[in-house]
This record gives sequence, C-alpha cells and structure tokens, in this order.
Amino acid sequence: MSDKLFNTPQKDVSIVLCGEAGQGIQTLEFFLTRIFKISGYHVYATKEYMSRIRGGSNSTQIRVSSDYVRAPVRRIDIFIPLNTEALKHLERNITPNTVIIGDKEIIKSEYKIYNLPLTRIAAAIGGRIYENMIAVGVLSKLFKVNLQNVEDYLKNYFAVKGSDVVEKNIRAVEEGYNEADRLFKGAEINIMKNPEVRNHILLNGAEAVALGAIAGGCNFISAYPMSPSTGVLVFLSQHSKTFNIIAEQAEDEISAINMALGAWYAGGRALVSTSGGGFSLMTEGLSLAGMTETPLVIHLAQRPGPATGLPTRTEQADLNLALHAGHGEFPRVILTPSTIEDAFYLTQKAFNLADKFQIPVFVLTDQYLIDSYYNIPELKLNQLDIEKYVVKTGRDYKRYLITESGVSPRGIPGYGEGLVVVDSDEHDENGHITENLELRVKMVEKRLRKMELIEKEALPPEIHGEEDYKHLLVGWGSTYHCIIEALKHLNRRDVALLFFKQVYPIHKSASSYLEKAEKIIFIENNATCQFGMLIQQFTGFKPENQILSYNGLPFTVEDLVEKIERIIGGVNES
Amino acid sequence: MKANPFDIENIDIAWCPGCGNYSILKILKDALLELEIKPEKLVIVSGIGQAAKTPHYLKANVFNGLHGRALPAATAIKAVNPSLTVIAESGDGDMYGEGGNHFIHAIRRNPGITNIVHNNMVYGLTKGQASPTSLINFKTPVQVEGVFNEPFNPLSVAIALDASFVARAFAGDYKETKEIIKKALKHKGYALVDIFQPCVTYNKVNTYQWFKENTYYLDETHNVYDRLEAFKKSIETGKYPLGIFYINPNKKTFEENLPPYKNNSIPIIEQEFDKTKLIELVNSKKNS
Ligand SMILES: Cc1ncc(C[n+]2csc(CCOP(=O)(O)OP(=O)(O)O)c2C)c(N)n1
Ligand code: SF4
Ligand SMILES: [Mg+2]
Repeated sequence: MSDKLFNTPQKDVSIVLCGEAGQGIQTLEFFLTRIFKISGYHVYATKEYMSRIRGGSNSTQIRVSSDYVRAPVRRIDIFIPLNTEALKHLERNITPNTVIIGDKEIIKSEYKIYNLPLTRIAAAIGGRIYENMIAVGVLSKLFKVNLQNVEDYLKNYFAVKGSDVVEKNIRAVEEGYNEADRLFKGAEINIMKNPEVRNHILLNGAEAVALGAIAGGCNFISAYPMSPSTGVLVFLSQHSKTFNIIAEQAEDEISAINMALGAWYAGGRALVSTSGGGFSLMTEGLSLAGMTETPLVIHLAQRPGPATGLPTRTEQADLNLALHAGHGEFPRVILTPSTIEDAFYLTQKAFNLADKFQIPVFVLTDQYLIDSYYNIPELKLNQLDIEKYVVKTGRDYKRYLITESGVSPRGIPGYGEGLVVVDSDEHDENGHITENLELRVKMVEKRLRKMELIEKEALPPEIHGEEDYKHLLVGWGSTYHCIIEALKHLNRRDVALLFFKQVYPIHKSASSYLEKAEKIIFIENNATCQFGMLIQQFTGFKPENQILSYNGLPFTVEDLVEKIERIIGGVNES
Repeated sequence: MKANPFDIENIDIAWCPGCGNYSILKILKDALLELEIKPEKLVIVSGIGQAAKTPHYLKANVFNGLHGRALPAATAIKAVNPSLTVIAESGDGDMYGEGGNHFIHAIRRNPGITNIVHNNMVYGLTKGQASPTSLINFKTPVQVEGVFNEPFNPLSVAIALDASFVARAFAGDYKETKEIIKKALKHKGYALVDIFQPCVTYNKVNTYQWFKENTYYLDETHNVYDRLEAFKKSIETGKYPLGIFYINPNKKTFEENLPPYKNNSIPIIEQEFDKTKLIELVNSKKNS
C-alpha cells in the first residue's frame, strides 16, 4: 500500500460521501456516525445539501478521530462519490492524498479510483438499497470496527422490519468488509479508540434544541415547517405524548406565534421554531409579546436570505433581524449557542429567562449547527431546574402593577381569584386599554426598566488563549469550534479568541477584552459583519478587520487559518 | 335593573351612542350569568377594532391581542387549559379579513371555543372602509364607486368546512340572540356566532331597520343536522336567515385529539414534568 493514510497512526480522518438527493447519503451518515461511535471513535458529521428531493449533489463530511473533533475541514482523506457528478462537485477539495473509492462502472474519471462494484454486489443481495450498507462494510473494515458490533447494531435497528431485511443488511456489510480486504490488501487505518466514547451521546443541533426545550419545561410548540428549523418541531412532535407537549403545525407563522403567546398567557411554556422568512411573518407577534409582557421562546434557525435565499444552506445574517424585529421599544434577549451542548443548555435557559423577565428570548442557531452531529460525554440534567414564576392571583390582582424592577407578578387565568387582563393597546395597571399619556410614559419606563436586571444576568463572553494576546478574534454562534481548531493550528500565543454565546444584551465585560488587543478580527458567516457593528455600537470599537463568508457554507478550519494569517502575518513574532 | 357580576363600574366606553355593540355586550353578560360561568374561569380573546374592545367592558380574563389574530391565541389558551371557557370575539374585518386564514383553520381544528363576530359590514375603528362582508355597491371613502368584490359569506365557508356549530344572530333581538349565544357557549367544539350589528356611524345602509326588514328566523322545520340544507340556507341573500344553521355533534374537539389528552384530561399546565423520562430519552441517544 502506498497511500500514507494506511497502517500509520492517524489522529483524525475526514471521510466525504457525496451523491444525489435520494441516493441515501443521509442514511450512510446515520449508520456510520453511530457505528464509529460505538466502536470508540470520536465522530463528527456535517452535511451540505440542495433544496431538492431528488438529483443534484449532496455531501456529508464525517470526521473520525482519537480526540474530540467538531469542525468542518476542507481536506478529504477518503472520498466516496456515488456518481460522476459527485466527483466534480467536490473536485476542488481532492488532493493527491485523497483515497477515492467508487464504482467504476458508474463513475467515469481520470482520478485513481479504488473500484468498489457497489451496483453488482447490491444487485446480488437484493437491490440498490443495499449499496449504502456495502459502503458501511468497507469503511468498518478500514477503521477496524468489530464486525460483530456492526451486526448487533443492525439487528437491533432493523428488528422491526423482519429477519429478511436484517440478514440482507448484514450480508451487505459483510460483502463490504471482504471488498475492503480485496481492495486494500488488509491495510487499515490506525486511530486510537477510546472505550468511553461508546457511552457518549450522539446528537445534532436540532435534537439538542428540542431536548433543551423539554428540559426547560416546554409543553407547547407551534410552528410552520421551514428548513432548517423543522427538526425541532418534528422531534417535539414525536415525543409529545411522553412529555405532555402540545405540538401543533400552524397554518402560518403568524398563527404559530400568536398560539405560542396564548399558550404562555394561559400558563404554558411555549416555543416557536422558524427560519428568517417565517420569523419575518412573526414580527408583529414579537411586538405583542413585548407589549403584553408575555414570555416567549423563539428558535430562529438562520439560512441565507434575502427572501427564500438558499433554503438548505447556512448563514449568520439574521442577527440584525432578531435584534430589531418588532415595532416599538421593548426588551429582549438573544442567545447564540456555539456548540451542540450550548444548543441544549441555552434553550433550557431561554425558558427560564423568558418566564422570569416576561420577555421574548431568542435562541439563534443556523443550518450548520442544526444539521451537524457529534458525540458529547453527557448532558448535566440534574443541575437544571424549570424555574416558574407564575403567581396565584388575589381578588385585586393587577397584571401590570408598576414595580421598582419593572417586573410585575404574572398571574394566569383560572389560578386564583383575580382576573388576568393583557392588552396589545397601551394599558393601565389592570391591563385595560388606556390613552392616558402619563400612564403611557410610566408603562414604557416600566417595560424598559427590566433591561437593567436582564443585563446583569447576561452571559459574559468567553476568552480563549493567553492573557497577553496581541490579536483578538471575535466570534459568536456556530463558528466556535472551527475558530478553536484554527487557533490550535495557528499555535500562536499572541492570538486569542473572544467568543459570545449571548449577543444581546452584550455583557459589560466585553470592552475590557477588546481594549487590550492591538488588532480585533471579527469572524462572521455574513456579508456585513453584523455583530461587529453591534459591538461598535456598544463599545465604540470599530470592526476594522473582518473575516466574512456568505457562500452558504460554514467556514472550514483551513479557510480560517489562511484568512487569519493573512491579517496577522504568518510568523509568530512573540 | 339587576346588577350583573360581569358588570364593571366606571368605565369609559369608546362606542358611539346607539351602536349595536352595546346590545351584544349586554346579551353576552346575561348569557354568561344565566349559564353560571365565573368571570375567573372565562377568557375572552379579541383582536383590534371597535368590536374587539368588548372584553374591556365586562369582568373576565382578557387576551386582547393583535388585529386578526384572536383565533390562534384562543385555540392555544383552550388547549393548555381546557377547563377555561374561551370566547374569541372581534369584528368582521378582524375575523374574516386580516384573520381569514385563521378562521378557516380554526374551524378545521375545532377547538372548544365560541367565536363571536360583530358583523357590521364595515371597518368601524378605521372610520368606514369596506369590510369583507360589505354588500355590493356599498360606497366608502376608499370604495368610491361602491364595493364590487363578492361579499364574504362566513356561514357558507364554515358549513363547507363542516364547522361543528354555525349560527347567525341580530344584535337588535335580545331574546333570540341570547339563546343562540347560550347554545354556542354550551356547545362542545368550535361555535361560530356571526351577529349582524348595526354601525350607526359608518354604515348608513345596513341599519337596525334594514336588518329587521331583511332577515327572518329559521323555523323548527329546519334540520340543523342536515349540512346540505344548512348550506342552502346560508347562501340565501334576499332575506338573510337567522338562527342556528348547522350543528355537527359528532366531532372531536382539537383538545381531545391532542396526544397529551389522549389518556387523561388534566390540563397540561397542571401536569408535572418527569425528569427521569428526559434522562431516559437522552440516554437513548447513546445507542440509537
Ligand atoms: C395589522 C393591522 N392592520 C391594520 C390595523 C388597523 N385596523 C384596526 S381595526 C381595523 C378594522 C376594524 O374593522 P372590524 O374588524 O370590522 O371592527 P369594527 O371596528 O368594525 O368593530 C383595522 C384595519 C391594525 N390595527 N393592525
Ligand atoms: S363606529 Fe360603528 S361600530 Fe364603531 S362604535 Fe361607532 S357605531 Fe359602533
Ligand atoms: Mg366591522
């Protein structure tokens, strides 16, 4: 074997699978990530796909590693194209070191291809649907996965479909195993396994948001399907019976948000999950949340706009939308999960914050985070509490009692002797419509006064790196792991990262980190450096250096390393 | 006059003297009293408009939300706490115009709420433009040559969607309208009560007199369980029928169909969260 991938110790290997929509790339991703994990490998998967059900080119990158891996790389170590177009689709990322495995009867190309006769073998087993399992077999062999483990997993997984299906899938895997032996002459990839990983949880961002919602006491979700936010609605719908969740597919996003507000008003804990276009329709409802001081949690999964944009791609361009949506002035919080763990914890927290301050709280994610998978050691559920702030009302209850903090005790209808009156018109302390302009001023001030407390509870930004940095990278949301891995590659003690998991309100410590830097470099998946502009507004620091990307794809580690070096110079002077 | 527990003292009502809304308010309060509904267990959800101010003028829990959006909020309120009596009340513009899509889908869901629509065939609060139910040739400062769009027929639409209770009433008839509202409130499932309501300021065509002359009551020969017959009645226009057009007593409500209420009827807000189930679900992600 000449390929240096084999037989020498590896730290991490990037596998890319690519084919048409409908060819089962997602199925492959599903089985491979699980099989690698139960074998003790750290695993990460991210997909890029087209907004179509058939045809085109969709790909998944799976990284298999001896340590945590959580970011996309440009590098392809093993490439499995399922057709010729797939090869062309990712041609720019193929290097002389890329091992390409494919069915030469189908793929016509100049590249050196290890011929895996998928079509022929699958036909002998029972049809094209077994092609995926043959590929699983090949990779299992290459990665020294115990065949018995795979077979046990498949037996369990396909049990409901009957023994014939189980047997054929196992046969496909075995055939793949043998093919790998034939093709690579027994050569294998050596990555250290860690038995602890077997007990890790494998989640994607959508599942993490949904689980976080459940942990936050969510018992109502109303949503209208829209990529990439739909996974959250699906997950909560599937577990609605177990957790007593009302999951309703609304007729439109306007209905969804008004339902959610009705649910909170009556004592529920509701979530809406949407993407830019759908959220645009919700903005009047957001303003209603502000005026009626009804709590609300909004999961806003970003995709590239304007309008329909690129429905299945990623971007961080709706920060300004979340920040400015809704007419009038009212407090809000915007949380921006940086990891799958964060997606869980921050969604959980969003419910408590919303209830505590009676405000809308955003969980701002994006397609990249929502669709990516990796293994997580655990979710610390014991420390999480569902904080409820509903009070029992007395006969003279006033929903909008003017208080020092601005927060009025929140009652719900039917709990106590009082009446709970909320109004989208300006209102008096009882909640009844008023045009008394002195009262109007008091109510505006009461609503905005809550911001003081909210700011006190803001999440501080995280700093990564040495204290005496010269260059400070600034990021927010899903770019986290990619920047962290780029930092490792840079291996320079003069570069640090300041990372925000809450972008609004900004924690007041931000300035102290920015002051110390010679160069501040904003890294954002958008074209106008929206967070940089927000930082400038709050701290006065101008976002002079910007690394921006808006091609619908997440950054890759190599991308960032190159772009950061271009700004700070290639040599470590310190 | 006897005091009604739904009365609120010292309120500044924003309606014109003589407006049909006063009668509807009184009828509603009396119907609620007669049904022994407690203000604390009642939620009135409204949108924006003159009609939508109604809940401010009686004792109730109130969710006065956005123009056109009362039905989604009302549906959710009833769903999270089915023990409440929930009314969604607004004007014709609000319910059938801005909220038209929700009207259709609320009927499809069949939540256990009463939908009262003050149908004055005009936009009152915004000073006299045409509403979806304005009749042909109705002139306004905007529809300067008169309305030429086909008037929206809420009853036909509701019956076409197999709404579980469909009625039309007239604000000028205290006795009959109160009976209809009481039946609607007692009905299990979605109940539409479209009420002809004279707007004395902006609708000089469809006056008290006009409504009296151009309506008649469905009599006992009308079979409320016959959907086709009901539909036929609903498209009559020369003289508009009043009364209960249609009832489908066999429909499950939205709430009853929801998974959390499949096995019990405890409001979800009273159900305790079971963390062990969440731990189980998270653990299932180790091996699924
Ligand atoms: C989104 C939105 N658009 C427009 C308005 C302005 N608006 C308030 S009430 C109304 C129409 C009122 O007509 P109707 O619902 O029939 O109630 P009425 O006043 O006749 O009782 C309009 C257009 C609004 N409040 N919100
Ligand atoms: S404008 Fe018409 S509907 Fe509004 S209060 Fe006056 S009379 Fe009644
Ligand atoms: Mg009207």
